[in-house]
Amino acid sequence: MRTGAVPGGAATAQVVLESLDGGRKAVIRGRAWKYGDNVNTDVLFPGKYTYTAKGRDEIASHALEDLDPAFASNVCDGDVIIGGRNFGCGSSREQAATCMVYNGVGAVIAQSFARIFYRNAINNGLLAIVCPEAAQAIQGQEYVAVDLEQRTIECASGRFVFPPLSATVQEILEAGGLVEQVKRRLASAHTAS
Amino acid sequence: MNQQSPSPVLVGQAGTGSKDAQTFAQKALARAAGCERVEVGEVVDVRPDVVLSHDNTAAIREIWQEFGQARVVIPEKMAITLDHAVPAPTTRHAQNHAEIRRFVQEQGIRHFFEVGRGICHQVLSEEALTLPGQTVLGADSHTPHFGWLGAFGAGIGRSEVAALWATGELWLRVPESIRIVLDGQLPKGVTAKDFALRIIGDWGADGGLYASVEFSGSGVEAMSIDSRMALANMMAEFGAKSSYIPPDVKTRAYLEAALERRAARGTSAGTADDYPPTVAESQLFPDEGAEYIATYRYGAGELEPTVSCPHTVDNIAPLSAVAGTEVQQAFIGTCTNGRLEDIAEAAEIMQGRQVAAGTRLLIVPASSLVLQEAMQRGYIQALVAAGAAIGTPGCGPCMGNHMGVPATGEVTISSANRNFRGRMGTTDAEIYLASPAVVAASAVAGRIADPRDIV
Ligand code: SF4
Repeated sequence: MRTGAVPGGAATAQVVLESLDGGRKAVIRGRAWKYGDNVNTDVLFPGKYTYTAKGRDEIASHALEDLDPAFASNVCDGDVIIGGRNFGCGSSREQAATCMVYNGVGAVIAQSFARIFYRNAINNGLLAIVCPEAAQAIQGQEYVAVDLEQRTIECASGRFVFPPLSATVQEILEAGGLVEQVKRRLASAHTAS
Repeated sequence: MNQQSPSPVLVGQAGTGSKDAQTFAQKALARAAGCERVEVGEVVDVRPDVVLSHDNTAAIREIWQEFGQARVVIPEKMAITLDHAVPAPTTRHAQNHAEIRRFVQEQGIRHFFEVGRGICHQVLSEEALTLPGQTVLGADSHTPHFGWLGAFGAGIGRSEVAALWATGELWLRVPESIRIVLDGQLPKGVTAKDFALRIIGDWGADGGLYASVEFSGSGVEAMSIDSRMALANMMAEFGAKSSYIPPDVKTRAYLEAALERRAARGTSAGTADDYPPTVAESQLFPDEGAEYIATYRYGAGELEPTVSCPHTVDNIAPLSAVAGTEVQQAFIGTCTNGRLEDIAEAAEIMQGRQVAAGTRLLIVPASSLVLQEAMQRGYIQALVAAGAAIGTPGCGPCMGNHMGVPATGEVTISSANRNFRGRMGTTDAEIYLASPAVVAASAVAGRIADPRDIV
């Protein structure tokens, strides 16, 4: 499933704004922030802020604080986080995912995800891709392009195809997250009754 | 660090079961989804019996408000506790609690538990708000806790709880199941916590990822209810979606007593008034021959006191390998090990002894009921006499919010469930996890110690 293609080595991160129905970007292009196995939610978003941090900016500012203090101030729109096994394990705190969304992170690619983090990511419209080959091949700070329609990840060492998302996951992502999906459902139930 | 031996036996792998037989997870989710039967891997919309939230309720309310509803649709199924930062350590935390109280009042949420009542998982257990065969979804990662009573409990995110308040239902994937059998009775000084740490150490923090972990065997049958809770609760650290221990006479006795307490208080009307519940007997247990992706068999006699070393739960070592490590703080509490049995063990060890100079011992009972019982039996008196500090029932310093967080450079030995870097507030601190007995013995010695050397 690999070709020799290398993604366009743009000097800065960029997002190609080709919108799908729900406004999702068809191609996500950005730098890779690579981390290891069992990255837990305490280092992604420290517990001491979970009941007090409010608003996008405050939540964004603590992103990955105890994992990579350089992240929050240097991340760009469209950047991609790469994890090893069991990414996002630990607490159910949703800010572990929303702090990435609020920083413009385009996708998280990992060898495997802890289940609550995976749900939180999808439910907040953050594309979470299980692709062990790509997660291993991609190196930190290299440029990565994720094509949602083609289901491909391009990086310096090649091109990887990831498996299709489940219909439920796709529906939520297309709606722009769980809240939007529920709004749609409630609205159609309202019209029906 | 994983030097323990002998290794457990993997006695079964995928594909050995029968297609017709069902796991507990299949049965529970079929019931919650209103289906005759569901298959592993299927995504179904479930209607849980109980929806739990805690100090995060105000944040969930903010999300829920986006739906524009005046009333939540499931007020009777909601259970809300104030437990994570209690009593409020800052004005901001107090503000958060105040918002939650307003919401509870405005929505008429009856199952609301104030500051000081205890940790959500313990309180809901003591109140028998969930019964065997039922499904509980909670905005808390330790919701697999409810496996102790044979219920299906899974942790979910805040948006998902908001969606449940608005619609009463949520998508779940029917998980694969792993079976873990414990043969024989645990030796003296070896606890359910040691068993849980051993499982996580043997198979890794992702060893149970996405799976429902079903326990069985004479070792689990012999366990007290408090021990079963510790075991089921710890499966969150194994990556499990839910856990399950077959309900038996002990489970029934515990829940009946809980329901009687509620009846005596006059708060018994509601969703879970009778025992056994409306769940059919056949839905409470997995079928003979159900399919498991793995079956692990442990002999209780081979287990030993086990410690989880910084900074991951699966980084285990036999107690003997880390004994002698200096500790500045010893903490007994949390939804894993802050129960009566745990405090009793600590009291037995501390009786007539003192906390070592240079070390402090913090005890935070998991609930007000635990605290009351511990006082009646004289445990609290013995612990205070030994120099321990007692905290308000709740999560205490477990997640680094307040009340007993370590200083930089300090080492804590804790009966909690997570030792991640930064978990207790600062990244520059080390956390060892162990059974309450080991924590108490370490407080006496000022270094990690074996309780069997003391008592
Ligand atoms: S005691 Fe700790 S692990 Fe348990 S619910 Fe509270 S913060 Fe979470």
